[in-house]
Amino acid sequence: MQDQNEYFEHYYEDVPLEDDYLMLAPEIALLEDQTSYIESEIEINAENAIRTSKRKMEGDVLVVGAGISGMQAALDIADKGYRVIMLEKSSTIGGNMVKLDKTFPTNDCSICTAAPKMVEVARHQNISLMTYAEIMSLKGEKGDFTAHVFRKTAYVDPDKCTGCGDCAVVCPVEVINPFDDKLSKRKGIYIEFPQAVPIVYSINYENCVGCGSCERVCDAEAISFLQKSEDIEIKVGSVIVATGYDLFEPLEMRKEYGYGKYPNVITAMQFERLLSSFGPTEGKILRPSDGGKPESIGWIQCVGSRSKQLGFPFCSRVCCMYATKEAAITKEMDPDIDVTIFFMDMRAYGKDFQQYYDKAMEMGVNYIRARPSSVYQNEDGSIAVRYMDTHTREILEMNQDMLVLSTAIIPSKENPRLGEVLGIEVDNNGFFQSGSIVSDPIQTTRDGVYLAGCNQGPKDIPDSVAMASGAAARAIEAIIEREKVTPIPPPEEKDVSGQEPRIGVFICHCGKNINGFLDCEEVAEKAGEDGNVVYSINSMFVCSEDSQKEIREKIEEHDLNRVIVAACSPITHGGLFQDTLVESGLNKYLFEFANIRQHCSWVHSHDRPKATRKAMDLVNMAIAKSKLLQPLSQEEVDVTPVVLVIGGGVAGMKAALALSDMEIDTHVVEMSDKLGGNLNKLHSLFPTDQEPSELVTDLSARIEASEYVTVHLNTTLEELEGFVGNFKVYMKGPDGDEELEFGSAIIASGFGEIDMEGKYGYGSSPKIMTQTELEGHFKADDLEKPETVVMINCAGAMDEERPWCCRIGCGVSIKNAKLLKERFPDSDIYILYRDIRVFGKDEEEYFANVIENLKVKIIRYSEVEKPDVAIGEDGAITVKVRDQVYNEELELPADLLVLTAQTEGSESSVRLQEMFKIPVGPGHFFIEAHAKIRPLDLASDGVYFCGSAHFPKNLADAIAQAEGAASRAAIPIMQGIVKGEGITSSINALTCSGCGMCVEVCPYSAITLDEETGIAVVNATLCKGCGACAAACPSGSARQRGYRDNQILAMMYAMG
Amino acid sequence: MDEKSDFEPRILGFLCNWCSYAGADLAGVSRFQYPPNVRIIRVMCSSRVDPMYIVKALTDGIDGVLVAGCHPGDCHYIEGNYRARRRMVALDQILERYGLKDRVFLEWVSASEGKRFAEVITHVTEEIKKLGPNPHKKKWEI
Repeated sequence: MQDQNEYFEHYYEDVPLEDDYLMLAPEIALLEDQTSYIESEIEINAENAIRTSKRKMEGDVLVVGAGISGMQAALDIADKGYRVIMLEKSSTIGGNMVKLDKTFPTNDCSICTAAPKMVEVARHQNISLMTYAEIMSLKGEKGDFTAHVFRKTAYVDPDKCTGCGDCAVVCPVEVINPFDDKLSKRKGIYIEFPQAVPIVYSINYENCVGCGSCERVCDAEAISFLQKSEDIEIKVGSVIVATGYDLFEPLEMRKEYGYGKYPNVITAMQFERLLSSFGPTEGKILRPSDGGKPESIGWIQCVGSRSKQLGFPFCSRVCCMYATKEAAITKEMDPDIDVTIFFMDMRAYGKDFQQYYDKAMEMGVNYIRARPSSVYQNEDGSIAVRYMDTHTREILEMNQDMLVLSTAIIPSKENPRLGEVLGIEVDNNGFFQSGSIVSDPIQTTRDGVYLAGCNQGPKDIPDSVAMASGAAARAIEAIIEREKVTPIPPPEEKDVSGQEPRIGVFICHCGKNINGFLDCEEVAEKAGEDGNVVYSINSMFVCSEDSQKEIREKIEEHDLNRVIVAACSPITHGGLFQDTLVESGLNKYLFEFANIRQHCSWVHSHDRPKATRKAMDLVNMAIAKSKLLQPLSQEEVDVTPVVLVIGGGVAGMKAALALSDMEIDTHVVEMSDKLGGNLNKLHSLFPTDQEPSELVTDLSARIEASEYVTVHLNTTLEELEGFVGNFKVYMKGPDGDEELEFGSAIIASGFGEIDMEGKYGYGSSPKIMTQTELEGHFKADDLEKPETVVMINCAGAMDEERPWCCRIGCGVSIKNAKLLKERFPDSDIYILYRDIRVFGKDEEEYFANVIENLKVKIIRYSEVEKPDVAIGEDGAITVKVRDQVYNEELELPADLLVLTAQTEGSESSVRLQEMFKIPVGPGHFFIEAHAKIRPLDLASDGVYFCGSAHFPKNLADAIAQAEGAASRAAIPIMQGIVKGEGITSSINALTCSGCGMCVEVCPYSAITLDEETGIAVVNATLCKGCGACAAACPSGSARQRGYRDNQILAMMYAMG
Repeated sequence: MDEKSDFEPRILGFLCNWCSYAGADLAGVSRFQYPPNVRIIRVMCSSRVDPMYIVKALTDGIDGVLVAGCHPGDCHYIEGNYRARRRMVALDQILERYGLKDRVFLEWVSASEGKRFAEVITHVTEEIKKLGPNPHKKKWEI
């Protein structure tokens, strides 16, 4: 038996944790700390190094920080043709997202969605990436900044390092690995993780003993202690700050939970690393104390958040969902493990979050509403959690084999220094201050410097990505006049027609994810037996940056004209390898994927021979198809440089203004007679109490003044034709019919309260109204003093019919309760709620203030015992409710009953869905292309969306999205050309009889019968490549390129 | 009976790119285990599956065929899955005469239904195991 505890043997050893390794440059540290163990050789080198080399660089936008936000911002700008200089202080890009195992609510593999983006950043011709680099000063002004950057030497030449890892094998130094949050060790010379970008080993000066072992084994001669740090002067026009966040360390505060004292108490990030297949336990959930399997695991929520005294006052936004995800994944992996989450309010506020939470409960995740007071360790190493039962008020204890602390997103401790360097202000908590937290979240307090991601406040991944796109849009304004980079055309496409297929097969081990469950070497050998396979190899990570280099080299060396990668999934990684082919002068459609991870190694993990056999078959099928692959052409069309914005609410207005700043002609279409949307109905905004009319007036004036924006009021869309780059819409307006041609579109069609008729007595008394109607009374100032006000939250929400959370209702009810209390201080106000979901910046603080200082009473009810409204003959309203906290039945008389109504997407969603051919989900909210990393894109190219058309949103999130959508929509406009799909249908005119079957089945009206010849003709730009025509054609004349009959049948016959 | 219990069927699966293939990916990411008998061919839409493929597969001796697409109403290409459904109904009538109807399955699996995908494959494999090897295989091999 293998000692399982080897995984954690180091955990309590006294190994120095290098954490703040960038606080001091090594040379300076060396001078300050002439410790004896450093060999004289290094001293000399350090003296050389202190004379850092200086260089100058020029770019258009500087992006500081290369996590998911920084990467998205950089790509959005680079795709528009401007030059980005990107700084990252650690040795790799990717940030925190790559450390996560999976992402909620879709359970996508986190690294698998992030890694292709990382490679895209690395290979983008307009992005210059510098790792180990920190900004030291920022002078100048918007449009003309000069930044000084210090780039610490890693003593490895990035141009020479091949990433082979021989150096790490011989390195005698072991340090605790911060990437695994201390759960593993790594060498003194290291890469953070196998898919790191750039894939260059680095030496941390603090850990290096100067033995020189690495230098001696490095065949590439990449290691040099003479390599200098650099002092770089960078000139740019705008700056985006995407420096991320820290996680709360419960060592000084929240010590009562035993972290650092009891081995089986870990943080949620450590738990993510345990779940991760490339983490310290390769995805096995094991107890740190003895490496055994835990029978029970508990989570404690709000560790470091929602407490002024013991951490930070704000809500960290993501912890409820990540704990739910971790617990649900645990349950999926092993239903025998008992999982319990101790929580205060379940903040499942986002799109599909509530449904995800409901599903977790169904799976057996146990939720206990309590904030545990303390924990202690039992003799067997398990942890006893003490908490108070909310019903009986008894103090209870529950044993957990492992305890996970859901630690909060907190401001980076670097922020004060960074704020000073960048000349931007930091807020009370230590996050960077926005121009306005509700109406201008992306702007910093310095012109020309913009924020993206969690350095402004806690956020989940899609909100960060949307904000990053928004920052990209804003950063363009100052550089719009600059000349764009002419794209370097890819190498000329090789003509492979008539050539015998020469196939290269690359089999990926994916660490142990594939090779751990099937024999990759055997699969590669078997593939090599095919007569057309001239090169076949198995390697560690085929998606890594250095593997792309290898694929290119092998294409060259063996004159390959087809490439197969057998690895994960074409959905996540297909594009990455296709780009590699294009870089080698091969048509991207000469690539074929064999999915041997998701469809094989991961689902047949207990039968190595059968999994290996299946992988061989899958590769064989890919080979069979590959032989028949043909290069496909993608039609290029010019783009009409106009954007259509649908909806004139705040999201539509902000999107239009962001486009206007980028000097793009924009048309805003609004159904009603004025701009402003739902804001026109509101009295004030949560959580700043700002009047929305000020904002609407300001935005309207700016739109009026813009020479790029045209507004069409009282106008509806009637018909749409065309495709990305060249759409044409027919509109009906006050002056009759209008036509408009445009290149891309933003849908900002908003949302509204559902019809409450019949719910909680709505409609039967003037004293029963919705929150929006109450706002109307505030605006009109016509409310009579009510003695008692009852608000019912989640009215019509989170039930079977409409299972989602309305996301904004809690905030609105608290704000309106405050307004009522301010007007009528003697009135009693009750808010009946299920969970209080105030998750945004300053929201928790606002809520705490209303409860503590204004004495608004909150009563929690349960989803199974909803409040009951009775109306007496005299019209008196009584609300009956069972208080979940005190477990008692209450009868509240209500002079005013306010319903916080469920919300849903605009009714126009259905029409827009048909027009733009985009999917709509529950509640008429559109479905994004990818829940995490493409939150603003829709399934149809050239169509984007923002604001509450996506899901109900508070203003700050809607505005960040609006500016982000503007950035997305501007990309095709600024590129000027779009490429069509290569997988389209064609008709063999010789055999077509003109029966018209294909015309009938085509959902895009892309096929017509030629008037003269009578045979079918495909409009390739309209064709989306579904292949319905090819299956319908009785004579086999309709063919789907890339999925022709012979290709599909060849796969079938090859399946073994 | 012994022959049946040792029988490892060869099953062909056509999965649409947007829903079912992604659902199969999610089954993988979630490590839901299922029998290793299915070989998958990705098509862009379930409406791409020409009924002839299924006939050819069965006459070639493949023991079972699964076609999986987006749930009704969710098709990435608006209505492709309805076309797939109609074709399968028509095909069933032909296959029934040859005793092959029970070897063909049409299922809806969305991108978020990893668990369901694993269940579908398990179910299909079990059903085909019960039926035993494709009886027509030998006839056509003569």
